[in-house]
Amino acid sequence: METALALLVGILTATGVYLMLARNLLRYLFGLILLSNAANLAIFTAGRLTRASPPLVPAGLEAPAVAVANPLPQALILTAIVIGFGLLAFTLALIVRAYRRLGTLDADDMRVAEPRKKPEQENRHP
Amino acid sequence: MLALIVPVVPAVIAALLLWQLPRVMAGEVLAFGWHWVPSLGISARFFLDGLNMLFALLISGVGAFVAIYAGAYLSGHPHLRRFYFYLLLFMVGMLGLVLAADLITLFVFWELTTIASYLLIGFDHSNAKARRSALQALLITAIGGLCLLAGLILLGITAGSFDLLEILELGDELRASALYLPILVLVLLGAFTKSAQLPFHFWLPNAMAAPTPVSAYLHSATMVKAGIYLLARLHPVLAYTPAWQWTLTLVGAATLVVAAVLALRQTDLKLTLAYTTLVALGTLTMFLGDDDSVPIAAAVTFILVHSFYKASLFMVVGIIDHQTGTRELGSLGGLRRAMPVTFVAAAAAALSMAGFPPFLGFIGKELKYEGALAIASEPLLVAGAAVFANALMVAVAAILVFKPFFGPRQPAGTNISEAPLALWLGPLVLAALGLVCGIATPLVAESLIQPAVTAILGRPEVVKMKLWHGLNLPLLLSVVTFTLGVVVYLLQRPIRAALQELLQWLPLSGDRLWDHFIDGIKHLAAWQTRLLQHGVMRRYLSIIFATVAAALGYVLLRNGDIAVDLEWPQLTVKEWAALALTLAGAMMAGAARAPLAAICALGALGVGLALIYLFFGAPDVAITQLLVETLFLVLIATTLHRLPVFSGVHTPRFRPLDALLAITVGAGVTLSILAVMQTPFDATTSTFFETAAVPEAYGRNIVNVILVDFRALDTFGEILVVFTAAIAAATLIGHRLQRKKH
Repeated sequence: METALALLVGILTATGVYLMLARNLLRYLFGLILLSNAANLAIFTAGRLTRASPPLVPAGLEAPAVAVANPLPQALILTAIVIGFGLLAFTLALIVRAYRRLGTLDADDMRVAEPRKKPEQENRHP
Repeated sequence: MLALIVPVVPAVIAALLLWQLPRVMAGEVLAFGWHWVPSLGISARFFLDGLNMLFALLISGVGAFVAIYAGAYLSGHPHLRRFYFYLLLFMVGMLGLVLAADLITLFVFWELTTIASYLLIGFDHSNAKARRSALQALLITAIGGLCLLAGLILLGITAGSFDLLEILELGDELRASALYLPILVLVLLGAFTKSAQLPFHFWLPNAMAAPTPVSAYLHSATMVKAGIYLLARLHPVLAYTPAWQWTLTLVGAATLVVAAVLALRQTDLKLTLAYTTLVALGTLTMFLGDDDSVPIAAAVTFILVHSFYKASLFMVVGIIDHQTGTRELGSLGGLRRAMPVTFVAAAAAALSMAGFPPFLGFIGKELKYEGALAIASEPLLVAGAAVFANALMVAVAAILVFKPFFGPRQPAGTNISEAPLALWLGPLVLAALGLVCGIATPLVAESLIQPAVTAILGRPEVVKMKLWHGLNLPLLLSVVTFTLGVVVYLLQRPIRAALQELLQWLPLSGDRLWDHFIDGIKHLAAWQTRLLQHGVMRRYLSIIFATVAAALGYVLLRNGDIAVDLEWPQLTVKEWAALALTLAGAMMAGAARAPLAAICALGALGVGLALIYLFFGAPDVAITQLLVETLFLVLIATTLHRLPVFSGVHTPRFRPLDALLAITVGAGVTLSILAVMQTPFDATTSTFFETAAVPEAYGRNIVNVILVDFRALDTFGEILVVFTAAIAAATLIGHRLQRKKH
């Protein structure tokens, strides 16, 4: 079943990368979502899959009595999901702002900082 | 006040050196220093022998007079202190360079002189020409400096030591080594750029943009002599081969002839002197190519002669400029009565330059001819070049004295008074030294020339010099030289006009070539910047993803085979369903044309993922995933109406290259996970958290305990990140809403 999940992660990644290479910034954002989900799932899979019970310690015991799922990747993913959400929210805000300022969602048309025009050659013969 | 203190520094150094002179004359080599980088065998050691004694004396002696002169010349200049600092910095660089007993130490001081000369040449920093000249000198000498560094390191590696004194003993071994030629080429590039040999000569005349005291110092006794010093210093190690002999002789002769011709063309006194400096440097290089004692003695004597008269003449030109406000030959004349002392200094220096007896210049010239005739390889070429150069020196000396000081007074020459003592002291004393040394020739030969020649040739030499050699071939050549010089002086106008005409036909000067070179570098920089920084986000991302794919591929290939479990996965129906939901969401998000469809697909994907987390023992993650998914949906829903979701977005086309890149990255990730699966699982950390959660943190949900207890600081950081993102997002979106309300 690891193989199946590894394949799924690969497909999520590939789709995410493909979307991120698009000119439309909304598609870029969707690609980013896919990529961060793929990363979470990759961590989860690498921490070994098990159908065992969640990592909880039953009342009255010092440690889980039976084998439980690996808690470490879960803690990492929890952090990653929340941080990923922050990133997505910020990116969305950036896109909204950029659209308002530039009137386009096409990344190729956003050339304020690096204009398409060739800069003048300065001080050729000082 | 400062003008009184600063000259004391070089004067004290010169006095200290003179104090040690008897020991050096006796053949002693004085060394001192300390370890610097012992692990690399580099030490900050210095030594004093006959050769660097001569150079150090010139640097400190001429330096003292230049410092006095500069105090008066730049008196009242707002940056006089800065100037003194640069000057002393340069002096330290030069002294360290000639005294260094370690190759790396030598190089460090070599570069110090480069940097200090940049600051000095560009001292008049509001002048674009000065800035350009300073940069040109810096770049050319620094390029040469890098070559020199490579050469010195090769030399040190071949010799097995960076200690100059040890290396000087290893001449035969080094000449026999396979690295001899690379070392020679690199060292010569360093020396030729610094000493302005053809084809790197053009920076030196341009460096005349510097204030005159700088020119007087840099172009007489110091900066440009650094390359000459290097050639002389490494003579025992690198000379005695045809490669050395021919390169130095030909480059020196070419520099000399070209510079002599260019010198005649000039009408600016200072530029004329600059070109005669090139003549002198070419002469020195030419003579250092040989290994007979007479040519070497001629070179050493000429170093002394040239330093005296050139520093003196530069300062005289500076005085004329300072008092009359011009250096143009045409606007000067009849200054001899107005400036008698300056005139005497100029005349004495010019006589030494022209090589009249009993000046030291005469002896230098006779030695040159004797040495030229003694050169085994090409006596006629060398002698001919020497006669040609000296004849032009005679002419230039005559021009420098007769034009400004004799003849009718020119408009610029009215109401001119003699310069103050501090200005004429330096040129007068240095010009007088040329006379004194000429009269006291045997003493000079014994105390300065002979030890230096001994050091250059690496074998004991006896140099006998007399003022009067009797009637011989060198004397005959001297007569020829004077006659030629007088002819050139008399015909200077037609010659100058003819040269102007001739040089117009030359397609490119070194200076222009340099401009093209610099322009070329600028264009290259602009071109590669536009290539790499094109401003297209998709291409930046493509490069990043391609790098990721390459890195993954490299690691995977290096780690070898991956055993793929080809069995049909043993999954339950609900697990299959969750996987299928996720997969379908991903595919639909990738293929969707309308953004709304993609958002729906992403929602499905999120739910599918939450289910996977739930089925494989991670309910906490599943809950969070669902929450965040919902939250993001809310966020998108509230912003979608601001974006052209339903119109204005062009239909996406299938991009095969991007798809290929995406599949490569995806395959790399899949294979990496499979590779990770093959490594044995280390549960140490997980087991620790499982067993420590209750006893140490009193929590039964292990994941929660990790987050809020064991890794609480990480979680705190995470909260900060989300908080910052929230503030930033709110600022970006909310900014205009608030403004609207007003």
